[in-house]
Amino acid sequence: MASGTSAAATGGEKAPPTLGQKGWDWAEALPWLVLVGALFTFPGYLALGCQVIVMIIFALSLDLVLGYAGIITLGHAALFGTGAYAAGMLSAHGGWNEPITGLLFAGAVAGLVGFASGWFLLRYRGLTLLMLTLATAILLQELANTLALYTGGFDGLLGIAIDPLLGRFDNDLFRQNYYVYGLCVLFVLFLVVRRIVTSPFGQSLVGIRENVQRMNAIGAPVHGRLVAVYTIAAAIAGIAGGLFAQMHAFVTLQVMGFQLSGAVLIAVILGGAGRLYGAFIGATIYVILEDQLAKLSPEFWEFGVGLVLVATVMFARRGLFGVAEDIARLGKRRS
Amino acid sequence: MTIAFQPALEVRDLHKRFGGLEVIRGMTFALAPGARQALIGPNGAGKTTFVNLVSGSLAPTSGTIFLHGRDITRLSQAGGKTGIARTFQISQLFRNLTVLENVGLSISERDGVARVLWRGLASFPAIVDEAMVLLASLNLTGDAATPIRALAYGRQRLVEIAIALAQRPSVLLLDEPAAGIPSAESHVILAALDALPAAIAVLIIDHDMGVVFRFARRITVLVRGQILTEGTAEEIAADSSVRAAYLGEAFLSQGAPR
Amino acid sequence: MLSAAVSILFDGLAYAMILFIIAVGLSITMGMMNFVNLAHGVFAAAGGYATVTMMRAWELPFLAALPMAFLIVGATSVIFERLLYAPLYRRSELDQVLMTIGFVFMAIGAFTYVWGPNPLGIELPPYLRGQVDLGFRSFPTYRLFMIGIGFAMILALWLTFERTLLGARIRAAVDNRRMAQSLGINVGRLFTLTFAVGSGLAAVGGGLAVELIGLRPIFAIQNLVLFLIVVSVGGLGSIRGAFLAALLLGIIDTAGKYVWPAGGGFFIYAVTVAVLLSKPEGLYGKRD
Repeated sequence: MASGTSAAATGGEKAPPTLGQKGWDWAEALPWLVLVGALFTFPGYLALGCQVIVMIIFALSLDLVLGYAGIITLGHAALFGTGAYAAGMLSAHGGWNEPITGLLFAGAVAGLVGFASGWFLLRYRGLTLLMLTLATAILLQELANTLALYTGGFDGLLGIAIDPLLGRFDNDLFRQNYYVYGLCVLFVLFLVVRRIVTSPFGQSLVGIRENVQRMNAIGAPVHGRLVAVYTIAAAIAGIAGGLFAQMHAFVTLQVMGFQLSGAVLIAVILGGAGRLYGAFIGATIYVILEDQLAKLSPEFWEFGVGLVLVATVMFARRGLFGVAEDIARLGKRRS
Repeated sequence: MTIAFQPALEVRDLHKRFGGLEVIRGMTFALAPGARQALIGPNGAGKTTFVNLVSGSLAPTSGTIFLHGRDITRLSQAGGKTGIARTFQISQLFRNLTVLENVGLSISERDGVARVLWRGLASFPAIVDEAMVLLASLNLTGDAATPIRALAYGRQRLVEIAIALAQRPSVLLLDEPAAGIPSAESHVILAALDALPAAIAVLIIDHDMGVVFRFARRITVLVRGQILTEGTAEEIAADSSVRAAYLGEAFLSQGAPR
Repeated sequence: MLSAAVSILFDGLAYAMILFIIAVGLSITMGMMNFVNLAHGVFAAAGGYATVTMMRAWELPFLAALPMAFLIVGATSVIFERLLYAPLYRRSELDQVLMTIGFVFMAIGAFTYVWGPNPLGIELPPYLRGQVDLGFRSFPTYRLFMIGIGFAMILALWLTFERTLLGARIRAAVDNRRMAQSLGINVGRLFTLTFAVGSGLAAVGGGLAVELIGLRPIFAIQNLVLFLIVVSVGGLGSIRGAFLAALLLGIIDTAGKYVWPAGGGFFIYAVTVAVLLSKPEGLYGKRD
């Protein structure tokens, strides 16, 4: 570490330092242009696009928990799955097929599960928390398996029917309507997440991530903050799961599986944790690569995703987003 | 000197036991408003435990703690200990955040802004203003936008104090504020300590006799969880029992910072 | 009823032995370095594949293949420890979690590429097949054999741990790494050695598990949770804890699946969550 970084050395810039983010940056329009543009440029791939959108929402949820609050969880799929089953069962057993209220229901149920489990789990940290999230997720998965009468168990939940969106737009063959639907849901949730991470509350989450002991000492109700963000993230993950259930009209136990928890973790890390748009990059690349490579050969996909993860940890800890920033900074220095 | 008015901080018959080991054994102690006092004692005397008890990160086994006459014994750190702030022997900072953000977090926790999640942080300019005034008082203005990890350790110790001051405490507990700084740089910390607002009662816990005698007007000596003696700096320096119990051991353990 | 209880205890014990043999190394290495290692099952799977390959391609007898698997996997694991694990000792838990998950995925891909996605089996030697009559009733020979091996290993580990200088060093390093270091113990090298032995033991466990649990490329991820539960419920760095946890899980799981086949897996996770909520450091864990 450089020893002489003192006030005098860095005092050259005169712009007064500020807290938080003021307004929007023009670059923030970019991912939305790409996502909307895909409607016209890749009309044949919108089914894949739907998967991308579900994954982005799910990754945003994990980023809130992991990237901002620093909660390491290996069981985030449990919340996604809870939402998927909630939305699916609402239709299959409750006969309620209106999609938007279905999503809200999925979010509410998952939020409730997140609140209840978070209340107990978030007192712990480190390996204990890791194990607890993992075991709780499998517990929920086993529960879903056990309640086969309601969840369909191992065979999956069938009989999900979804009414046309807003009473007009049906789930068409090319998934155009559902892509637009998903995009709207993503946008609304993104606004919520962005508001949270740029708020004082969001900053206090970063404080907890950086140093819990200090947050305690300055009187922050750490447990309450963590439960709050976990609940919000759970609701968002639940909505992602609900969207998944509506798009596929089918839910299996895999929606709660460790593989999915791992996948969303990889998507967040790949894009860059704690930076909001990292979720967009990571989730998009993950879903597209999985689709392409798995077609080629599943073992290439597994080996490849593993290699990327190992390499990211070893050499690019701040994710692709961080790499891009480093390159941009290098470019600036050259010019 | 007798305390004719209500002490800022008072503990009565404080005990703390960890399993079979009693670390604080019946401590009774008072800190006057605006005091400049030091708590010294050999290794393992219970000094840091005392700070942890008073600041609420540990609960005492028995005894009472009063802040301006109010019983705060059973209050935990979260929200309840308003009025007491502490620094840590080993810096506890938000390493990837800037100096301004570090202090801003402390301010927003203090005035309850930190629970707001539906408004942007940028729409609370008062936090920045207050933080910049505080940073200026500690000569940290130029470092406001520097992340902690890029800051020299001596200046990190100042941020440690800034975060505590941002709590607007009436009682400030400084756990070895100059720990880990080369002695050539410790004058920066001493200058900062001299400039602390007079209304705050300050208790400094330190091994460094240079820091203690320079800063403190009264000194309390803690040995094996009990107060051995208390007096003015001159009295303590002249007290032979203190030398026997403490200075001798301090001499022996020199070089071992803990 | 009594006969059912005996069956549950017996099968649970055999299962517990596998869990213990595979997980004990993980417990010690995690206790020593506080390294969150989700990839330990890779070495067990590698041991399974090594055993199968040696028996098929080289026609090595089962009892010779197991120690060979121990040596091969144990030695190979050192490469991974130096290359992948060592650079991350001082990094955050999250980094360790991610790297080891990545390692698991790579291993799954590699195993699939070499041995294909389908489950592999082995041909047990005739003397390990069938049943043995113990007077009051008969038991499957292979499970009896596994229980025997398990107890032998526990005894060997216990003697090494409690009675040798190496064991004392390992215990010191688990108890307080910094203190051990300052006493002149080379904790880094000790860790590499422990890692190699732990991986070797996992390989033996993997070889033994082929017949009982089955061997597929996703072995490491399928059973990851079980190994981690043994470690965390038992308490990091405790052989006694790992054994007790393995016993608890083996018997509860077997009993659960016997009593309630549909919801069988449910119990061990419920027990795990309950134990960790009440004793976060595990049954015999060190408190920080």
